[in-house]
Amino acid sequence: MRVNFTVNGRPQEADDVWEGESLLYVLRERLGLPGSKNACEQGECGSCTVRLDGVPVCSCLVAAGQVEGREVVTVEGLADHAKRRTEQGGCGTGSCGTSLDAAQRRQPPGAADSHTGEGTELAPIQQAFIDAGAVQCGFCTPGLLVAADDMLERNPNPTDADIREALSGNLCRCTGYEKIMDAVRLAAARQGEAV
Amino acid sequence: MPGRSAPLGTPTKVTQGSKTKGGIGESTLRPDGTLKVTGEFAYSSDMWHEDMLWGQILRSTTAHAEIVSIDTAEALALPGVYAVMTYDDLPTDVRNYGLEIQDTPVLAHGRVRHHGEPVAIVAADHPETARRAAAKIKVEYRDLPVITDEASATAPDAILIHDNRTDRHSGHVDHPNIVHRQPIVRGNVEAARERADFVVTGEYTFGMQDQAFLGPESGLAVPAEDGGVDLYIATQWLHSDLRQIAPVLGLPEDKVRMTMSGVGGAFGGREDLSMQIHACLLALRTGKPVKIVYNRFESFFGHVHRHPAKLTYEHGATKDGKLTHLKARIVLDGGAYASTSAAVVGNAASLGAGPYAIDDVDIDCVALYTNNPPCGAMRGFGAVQACFAYEAQMDKLADAVGMDRVEFRRLNAMEQGTLLPTGQAVDSPAPVAELLRRVKAMPLPPERQWLTAGEAADVRQLPGGLSNTTHGEGVVRGIGYAVGIKNVGFSEGFDDYSTARVRMEVVGGEPVATVHTAMAEVGQGGVTVHAQIARTELGVAQVTIQPADTQVGSAGSTSASRQTYVTGGAVKNSCELVREKVLELGRRKFGSYHPAWATAELLLEGGKVVTDAGEVLADLVDVLGDESVEVEAEWRHRPTEPFDLRTGQGFGHVQYSFAAHRAVVEVDTELGLVKVIELACAQDVGKALNPLSIVGQIQGGTTQGLGIAVMEEIVVDPKTAKVRNPSFTDYLIPTILDTPTIPVDVLELADDHAPYGLRGVGEAPTLSSTPAVLAAIRNATGLELAKTPVRPEHLTGTG
Repeated sequence: MRVNFTVNGRPQEADDVWEGESLLYVLRERLGLPGSKNACEQGECGSCTVRLDGVPVCSCLVAAGQVEGREVVTVEGLADHAKRRTEQGGCGTGSCGTSLDAAQRRQPPGAADSHTGEGTELAPIQQAFIDAGAVQCGFCTPGLLVAADDMLERNPNPTDADIREALSGNLCRCTGYEKIMDAVRLAAARQGEAV
Repeated sequence: MPGRSAPLGTPTKVTQGSKTKGGIGESTLRPDGTLKVTGEFAYSSDMWHEDMLWGQILRSTTAHAEIVSIDTAEALALPGVYAVMTYDDLPTDVRNYGLEIQDTPVLAHGRVRHHGEPVAIVAADHPETARRAAAKIKVEYRDLPVITDEASATAPDAILIHDNRTDRHSGHVDHPNIVHRQPIVRGNVEAARERADFVVTGEYTFGMQDQAFLGPESGLAVPAEDGGVDLYIATQWLHSDLRQIAPVLGLPEDKVRMTMSGVGGAFGGREDLSMQIHACLLALRTGKPVKIVYNRFESFFGHVHRHPAKLTYEHGATKDGKLTHLKARIVLDGGAYASTSAAVVGNAASLGAGPYAIDDVDIDCVALYTNNPPCGAMRGFGAVQACFAYEAQMDKLADAVGMDRVEFRRLNAMEQGTLLPTGQAVDSPAPVAELLRRVKAMPLPPERQWLTAGEAADVRQLPGGLSNTTHGEGVVRGIGYAVGIKNVGFSEGFDDYSTARVRMEVVGGEPVATVHTAMAEVGQGGVTVHAQIARTELGVAQVTIQPADTQVGSAGSTSASRQTYVTGGAVKNSCELVREKVLELGRRKFGSYHPAWATAELLLEGGKVVTDAGEVLADLVDVLGDESVEVEAEWRHRPTEPFDLRTGQGFGHVQYSFAAHRAVVEVDTELGLVKVIELACAQDVGKALNPLSIVGQIQGGTTQGLGIAVMEEIVVDPKTAKVRNPSFTDYLIPTILDTPTIPVDVLELADDHAPYGLRGVGEAPTLSSTPAVLAAIRNATGLELAKTPVRPEHLTGTG
């Protein structure tokens, strides 16, 4: 079958999709967007989390046909998504979202290295994950970023308990979650300063 | 501590480049960080090639059986299927592989020895087609009796898991179903027992843990025009894989070109091969690129696990609290194939007494061959199981003597100079007592921490969480302590070297260092540290880290907490050789202009050649000009030696690593639910090359130990030896809700034998975390709890 949907703001058309394929498979193997990860493919780990019409979902549990005509945001589109949110004045209350410039100005010394992918535009939550040391192997990172960005959009001043609750569907095996907590707190603080 | 005044150690000395920004000791950020947060970092499961096929493995549905027949006709007839291969299709006579003992069949031949053993492989144009084709392969099994424990393995009439063993352990084991046995005997336990005023014993059971790295086993094999193959793979040791893969394919090693892809965690589970050979076989058979990606179900069968263990311990102490003796027996279940079982035995035995000074020791340790899933490397490697047992014993013994549990440990703690039960002296700082002191001195989380400002209970802070099972009634707090000892690096005489190629040249008007090693970056941050070392040693700002591949010499394994020590040491060594060459170049070009070139000690700092007094002699750009200076060199730490097979005596280990934990738990005693509130850790790291990464390692290792304590176990049916819970639905690892705050206190006491005085970091925190949590739950409940993981029924007396 053919599936037409929007990914990260761009219309996409996937051909020859077998009915049993997941959204995750179509993103990774047919659209060249492997950022969403395949750690369990059974909805337990959250590594494939994407926004479907704004709602975070495990893309491995969404049949490709279900996304016909709908909008998907993946980790590859997170920076654009955050930028658009900022340009549109943030979410309803206007209290969330931060200027990308402000976030990037806060890059600490030592970030410049030959392999940092310098110059890449990042969402504040992405920069915070790097700065806080929340990335080790990085396989859980894309799903956590999408989930954390969604939480900060809805709840710009989360308590620690709020953060843990919002990220409880995302497994990480490397970090023990402490640096992930730090990263989300950092992103929220920067967001607050930028308002 | 009364009577203890030995100096703790010496501060770390760095002689070169301390003024260069981004060098060692700074929390520089990961060079792969941006790629990882944008989704652009290419993991092994992200590989894609035009026209590629998908590989699928058919695995045994039974744990022990003869294979009567395999019929592949229906699978081959399925449209979209390009190849189906069984044992009979293997290209050479080399049909087994293995890290130490080549006992593992690439594809089963006549017999399967564990549930999930590879029997056949399929290549098709869609992963679902490959799966369906594999399901159409008809395998007829004739079941054999299963061996699942020591009694069934060592019975006189036990069926042999491997016939006609000729490996180097086969001569000294009591039964062919024992992989390896290592006794450690020192002093006279019988005589020492006479001096004991208190003797405590315990039998402990340690469950099978899975590494549960998130990136599934995966890779892409691309057939090449020269008849060779290019393999893009996630592994912990490229050259070890290569040594096992090439003979099975019938290719010389230089025709199997391996490149490291992104590795989604490892923790020991990628030391053994998984899909590497299968992908190469299918690629060479079909002439097309073949990608294999396990799903989570298959991953639980696709790698070795942490050995489950039965540990029997007896300790004695005098009435003033001094340990008299230890007698212990440790039985590890190695499962159907050897993997690293023999080395795990060596570790569990030699570290079985823990970080304590005990003169009279008798430890016996074996690993079994059974029909259970194969077990091998996982973070902590034998030391984890032992720590669980000896730390439970320390609490029991302290209680028997009537001493505070931490003070009892501190009184008996080893220190620099203490002889291990192997007779090896600990010849670097061993701040065991200090780590315990530090972790105990940390402030405790407030009582009834679930109460919010309005005095209402936030159920998220309570056992049971949002299940809303309690508002604090029936909840009891417990506190527990533990400390452990882990060896760093490969032991027992292994030639544990690494190789680094370092080049220095001018690029775009700037001096740039390039570091090329085969080190597997599995998330630990080795790439960050290599760049820091190069900056420190060569005084440059820009460092390029080349992708790891087999075009450079072996780096050894990313295991045993060894990479920063060994490959870090190799990078440092090669940088020093490059520095000498650069200075020689400088002397030739500019030596006549300034006498200091001949007389002063010269350093490279801030892109310049400077004297140790700080005088600038030349710019590196001018020294180098158009030349590039390159060195590739191997580097070795000091050698070790094997343990004596009867007494276990020997200089077996390179270095030791110590961590201590304090766990604070709250237990809903009515429902048997546990919430770990805080898990504090103090660890000596020798020298913190990257403090941010080190704390991340400690917190991650701590959390894996927490998982062992309260939730993680691969459940194997004792009657059928089949795995009951191969999914993240049924095998639970800690979520962010299960994981507490983990305050970390890092101590830096230099080990003068090691580069920069550093100490391997990654594994020690996984040891003491588990027994600290167990001790805290015992403290809350008064129960004995001699098994991991603790389950609700163990706390409510219902199971």
